[in-house]
Amino acid sequence: MKILGIDTSSQVGTVAIMEDDKLIGEYIINTKKTHSQKLMPMIDEIFKLCEISIEDIDLIGLCIGPGSFTGLRIGAATAKALAHVRNISVATINSLESLAFNMNFSKGIICPIMDAQRNQVYTCKYIWENNTLVSVEDITVKNIDSLVEEIKERYEEVVLLGEAVDLYKDKLIDLDNVYIAPNSHKISRASSICELAFEKYKKGDVKNHYDVVPYYIRKSQAEVQYEERLKRMGENGK
Amino acid sequence: MKDIITLAIESSCDETSAAVLKNGREVLANIVATQIDLHKKFGGVVPEVASRKHVENIDAVIQTALDEADIKFDDIDLIGVTYGPGLVGALLVGLSTAKALSFALNKPLVGVNHIEGHICANFIEDKNLEPPFICLIVSGGHTHLVEVKDYGEYEILGRTRDDAAGEAFDKIARALKLGYPGGPIIDKLAKIGNKNAIDFPRVYLDEDSFDFSFSGLKSAVLNYLNSKRMRNEDVVVEDIAASFQEAVVEVLVNKSIKAAKVKGYNKIVLAGGVAANSGLREKLIQKCSENNITVKYPSIELCTDNAAMIGCAAYYDYIKGKISNLTLNAVPNLKLGQK
Ligand SMILES: [Zn+2]
Repeated sequence: MKILGIDTSSQVGTVAIMEDDKLIGEYIINTKKTHSQKLMPMIDEIFKLCEISIEDIDLIGLCIGPGSFTGLRIGAATAKALAHVRNISVATINSLESLAFNMNFSKGIICPIMDAQRNQVYTCKYIWENNTLVSVEDITVKNIDSLVEEIKERYEEVVLLGEAVDLYKDKLIDLDNVYIAPNSHKISRASSICELAFEKYKKGDVKNHYDVVPYYIRKSQAEVQYEERLKRMGENGK
Repeated sequence: MKDIITLAIESSCDETSAAVLKNGREVLANIVATQIDLHKKFGGVVPEVASRKHVENIDAVIQTALDEADIKFDDIDLIGVTYGPGLVGALLVGLSTAKALSFALNKPLVGVNHIEGHICANFIEDKNLEPPFICLIVSGGHTHLVEVKDYGEYEILGRTRDDAAGEAFDKIARALKLGYPGGPIIDKLAKIGNKNAIDFPRVYLDEDSFDFSFSGLKSAVLNYLNSKRMRNEDVVVEDIAASFQEAVVEVLVNKSIKAAKVKGYNKIVLAGGVAANSGLREKLIQKCSENNITVKYPSIELCTDNAAMIGCAAYYDYIKGKISNLTLNAVPNLKLGQK
């Protein structure tokens, strides 16, 4: 069983190939270059170096978000087309769970944070329970300051990771109940996507490529404004 | 010789489209999923909404095109895709799909300039049309007067310095509260209105310039509306539509004819979404026949954004050996003739 993992939810572009319990190859590029320029060359390269053909792939693991809207679409469009040609399934993985999975078997709370702009982060909290990763709340968009308050007051030990850790370093560094993941584990890794995809596959939780769409959480700004306008008109009409 | 099968993808604005072509000019399928209804409530195309819809639709649109053409992935010889100009987020969906298809099928990828695609719609419409000729490209995003020297070889003679012709139609339609998209609505009203009712300005710029400018005309229409409103006078929407359309069309047609004469061609080809405008078609046909110039224009389905025209452009690049690689990025403001 060979799995191709793809994650373009943040600035990091990462792809990996895993065969059953063995990681065969992984690429992680964390530069400002666009995913459009990074992703396909990475996929092309990893297949060449691993001496594997796309025809050997049985399943695609795709990070569907939350994260950068454009990044999510580049990953999704790519995964959908590959799955379409090969007629294989896609296991969709959320970006925060995949990040938390980087910190296997940590004690305490694992809290991934990803930039959602305007001082907000996409976030969730996970713990390891009987060797499985479980979320202890729903994925949300939170103001970074309220998250900092929450971490200070509510938890004993929190492992923080994700791209937004660097962005809000000043606010996080002085918290004494916080551990920041090492650089190798702080950012998205397609190997984690592959492993979570394999777990989902074993449970039969996979999708046809037609049904794969990014998980944005947020509506587009235009829709939000449109709904606000409708609401105002409704109130004025009363 | 073996037939060459092209699979083409277009997603530069609010249409998700896939097409299959045989030998560049024979369309086996041309599927267009339009998002117009989705954007109507916003009064124009919202890039984020368009991009989201593209990613939802694209693989079904591709499969429908393959089914209709009765073609399997393995039969495809090349993948053509629009990489600019257009909305960057929208372009990236089609481009990412095309690159992945090219990789998975191990077939060449050809990045196509969207404006070039509009010109090529005419090669599909008329199988005997050959360059060289003068081409007037008018759409919501572009107004170009181009000398088409050969397949894939263009010289821009003039372009708009401000609004595109189609953009002017949309803005006037909005000011008249006619809805979106404005072009077809104004065209319809213009048919019953008097085109000589209001004398709106025709902007020709310098004597020998082939450039266009429509912002002055737009302001003139808006000023006219304001002054009428201030005096509490009624306006005849049909007359405004007809007079405005006449002012746009007259400049477009006269500059095109002048370009043909200056460059020594007896063939003018129309392209782009506004090429569907009946006022423009009629005026161009009339003026060209007075000047012994042949006019060609695509059917309505080929005027608006579609993947078949992209596939045709990709085919001519492919046989000339112009192939893209997997690092190809979207170029939102890509110019014609720029690679
Ligand atoms: Zn167009």
